[in-house]
Amino acid sequence: MSVLETRDLTIDFGGFVAINNVEFSLENREKHAIIGPNGAGKTTFFNLITGHLVPTKGSVKFKDDIITGLAPHKIVKRGLARSFQRINIFPKMTVFENIQTSLIARDNKHFNFFSSGSAQNREDTIELLELVGLESEKAEIAGELSYGKQKQLELAIALAENPSVLLLDEPTAGMSPQETKVAIKLVDEITKLRGLTLLFTEHDMSVVFGIADRISVLHHGEIIASGTPENVRSDPEVRRVYLGEADDATT
Amino acid sequence: MSWNISRGVLITCLVLFGLLVFVPLTGSKYLIDLSTEIMVYALFALSLNVIIGFSGNVSFGHAAYFAIGGYANAILLTTYGWPLIFAFPAAIILSALAAAFVAYFCTRLTDIYFAMLTLAFSMLVWAIAFKWRSVTGGDDGFVGVTVPSFIDGRVPFFYFTLIIVTASIIILWLICHSAFGQTLIAVRENLTRAGFIGVNTRMMRGIAFVIAGAFAGVAGAIFAMYNRGVYTESAFWAESAQVLIMTLLGGMYSFFGPAIGAATLYILERFANEYTEYWPTVLGLILLVIVLVLPEGLVGLAKRLKERLFLGGGQ
Repeated sequence: MSVLETRDLTIDFGGFVAINNVEFSLENREKHAIIGPNGAGKTTFFNLITGHLVPTKGSVKFKDDIITGLAPHKIVKRGLARSFQRINIFPKMTVFENIQTSLIARDNKHFNFFSSGSAQNREDTIELLELVGLESEKAEIAGELSYGKQKQLELAIALAENPSVLLLDEPTAGMSPQETKVAIKLVDEITKLRGLTLLFTEHDMSVVFGIADRISVLHHGEIIASGTPENVRSDPEVRRVYLGEADDATT
Repeated sequence: MSWNISRGVLITCLVLFGLLVFVPLTGSKYLIDLSTEIMVYALFALSLNVIIGFSGNVSFGHAAYFAIGGYANAILLTTYGWPLIFAFPAAIILSALAAAFVAYFCTRLTDIYFAMLTLAFSMLVWAIAFKWRSVTGGDDGFVGVTVPSFIDGRVPFFYFTLIIVTASIIILWLICHSAFGQTLIAVRENLTRAGFIGVNTRMMRGIAFVIAGAFAGVAGAIFAMYNRGVYTESAFWAESAQVLIMTLLGGMYSFFGPAIGAATLYILERFANEYTEYWPTVLGLILLVIVLVLPEGLVGLAKRLKERLFLGGGQ
């Protein structure tokens, strides 16, 4: 059963078609990777799905509803959360407050004017911080954490919305090989634990082939191949435009 | 429900309140008037900070809601003879409604565009006050405001102001430290991400604007009665600029900062006017200092000093 489907999805930035007639479907509980060279349109594709950008034409269907053109906050509420390639946290708040506020929003308590903000969701916050391994940094100012820890926080914020589908945009971008290993293990565990459907972009091919059930290859805004890792790996078109060197380097 | 207030802040507030209660006993008219005016401006600046410090937008037109509260209260009391118990809340509601109308348009925008639009609307309010002579008195001002007899007098009016301002500040404090207030800070910190945690950021910024407008209206309504009049200047951009400087001087990232800024600036203005006629020059210099060396205002400075002393003591 597919949980997310795009039909004819296109966005035209004044003559530059960043995403072109993309037909894509995400199956329930799969781990699906989107790969492609820089500038292929991976982040734009995520932005279109999550309401950050409005497509020029085409539609996005989530579960049974068309969500094209909905504001991000409405899409999140339906169970589709995302993380960002570039760190996107609440830098002046503490790590604890970052998560606590996300949980306040999840529980729709953000229009609650007369109940203490700092008293909300304290236990859930600690639980989530423990899950991503940030409990010892809870009192630190988020913007002052190390890069890798900020990436973990980024993930935790997305998880706080209790999504059924999680979109991760380059979850390991900028991480050292060691940090990458830890982060991917974490993502893998949480996906299993929570029964999530995962859609992610990733530049590290060992990561992609290590955890993805299915892979789609985006090139110049179009999906040129989609299938199991084996199928994609042996696809001549994919090898020609993208995988060739990367594949040799990682296997 | 546990509210987090640091003991130091709480004690300072209680001491300050205690001192204010005894101000009329000094019998100094000067001191009573000065305290009344500072309380009004402190509330005005604190209300503006809901927009600036908490929602992360700059308003160049906050005087509009101060003026609307003032004019509405004055006109309802005097022209229509309403009792205070109806006129005062009605004035606050009108300020809030005006703020809601403006917020509807402004919250589509951010940054400088937001600020310019607030300025445009405030100039519109100023123009209406200026031109609608039959109702507002135009540039002569609306004078001879009827003040109910129970607060007609320096000392009773002082206590009236103290009660209303204290109650308003408590309500503002609760709102700013509520689940709403905490989420509002997230909106300020990262508008995009706040949307992606499921927050309707436009609505949040709009509500913050309305709360700010309502409490500016409270300050304006008190001030109209205090002065027995309302003048077009109270809606003018210079008034908006002054309250903005108060907020920045005190420190926008602290709840009480703007109140400290209001008191400081008000007292400085009093002193400066005794020695020089160049208050605007002094004001310019103050602004320069804030922007260049005190980005977090006096509260930020105090924090830095405290840290330095603390570290110095440990060595």
